[in-house]
Amino acid sequence: MFSLTGKTALVTGATGGIGGAMARALAAQGARVAVSGTRVEVLEALAAELGGGAVALPCNLSDSASVEALVPAAEAALGQVDILVNNAGITRDNLFLRMKDEEWGQVIAVNLTASFRLMRAVVKGMMRRRNGRIISIGSIVGTTGNPGQGNYAASKAGLIGMSKALAAEVASRGVTVNVIAPGFIESPMTEALNDKQREAILENVPMGRLGTGGDIAAAAVFLASPEAAYLTGQTLHVNGGMAMI
Amino acid sequence: MSDVAERVKKIVVEHLGVEADKVVASANFIDDLGADSLDTVELVMAFEEEFNVEIPDDAAETIVTVGDAVKFLEKNATA
Repeated sequence: MFSLTGKTALVTGATGGIGGAMARALAAQGARVAVSGTRVEVLEALAAELGGGAVALPCNLSDSASVEALVPAAEAALGQVDILVNNAGITRDNLFLRMKDEEWGQVIAVNLTASFRLMRAVVKGMMRRRNGRIISIGSIVGTTGNPGQGNYAASKAGLIGMSKALAAEVASRGVTVNVIAPGFIESPMTEALNDKQREAILENVPMGRLGTGGDIAAAAVFLASPEAAYLTGQTLHVNGGMAMI
Repeated sequence: MSDVAERVKKIVVEHLGVEADKVVASANFIDDLGADSLDTVELVMAFEEEFNVEIPDDAAETIVTVGDAVKFLEKNATA
C-alpha cells in the first residue's frame, strides 16, 4: 500500500523541516521529486540526497513571475506533475493593531496566492490525465486562530476554503485536493523556545510531545497515495490531539 | 468540411469520448454530447492550444454548439 512508484511530485518549501521530511518520504515511496525553495545550496544537497532523478528548482514564491515559471519547469524536468505539495509558507507576526499592510500582503502572497497559482497551473494536466493529488500544508492556527498571527491564520484558513472549492470542481476528474494542518512541530522555530515556553505548549498537547516532520510526511504520503482516492476536500489535523476538530 | 471543422471534431471526440458522427455542426456540447461545465472549460482550453488563440470568457459563453466553435475559430485562429 501507499506506493508512489512511477509518480512525480513537486514540493515547495522543501528546504524547511516539514518540507524536507515530506520530500524524503515521497521519494522513499518511489516518487520522483522536484524540490523547490529559496536556499539553493540546501536544495541541491537535498536533491542529491534523494537521488532517483530528484531535481532542485529554486524559486522565490514572493515573486509572481517565479511562481508562474515553477510548474512549467517541474513539468519539463519530470515530464508531468502528479502530486503537488504546497508547503512553502512564511510568518510576519504582529499584533493586529500594529500589523502593517506589507506584513499582511507578504504572508497572503506567499502562503495563499502562490499556492493558488501553483494549483491552477498543475490542475490542467491532472484533469487531462484523470489523476492528481494536491496537498497544501495549512496550520492548526487556520482553524483556531492565534494572537499575533492574523495574517498567517487568514492565509491558512484561506487554503482550506480554496482547497474545498477546487476539490468540488475536479473530483469527477480523479483529482483530490486536501489540506494537512500541523500543530506544534519540532523545527528551528520551536527549538528557539525555552523550557518554560515548551512546557506551556506541551500542557495543551495530549500526546505529550511536539510533532515531527515525519508525522506530517506520513499524512502526506497517505494523501498522495492511490489508496486515498476517495478522500477530498478535507483537512487532516496532525497535532497530537491539541485541537480535536 | 473545412480543416478547422475537422480539427474541432477530433478534439471533441477525444475529450468527450463521443462517436465522431454525432459531432455535427448543430450538436450542443451539453445537451447532445453529454459535456458537463468542466468539460466545456477543458474543450475551450484545448481549442486555445490547438489553434493558438485566446478565447475570452464572454466569447466562450457564446460557444454552445460544435458549429459555434468552428465559426469562432475560423475567424480567430492563428494556427
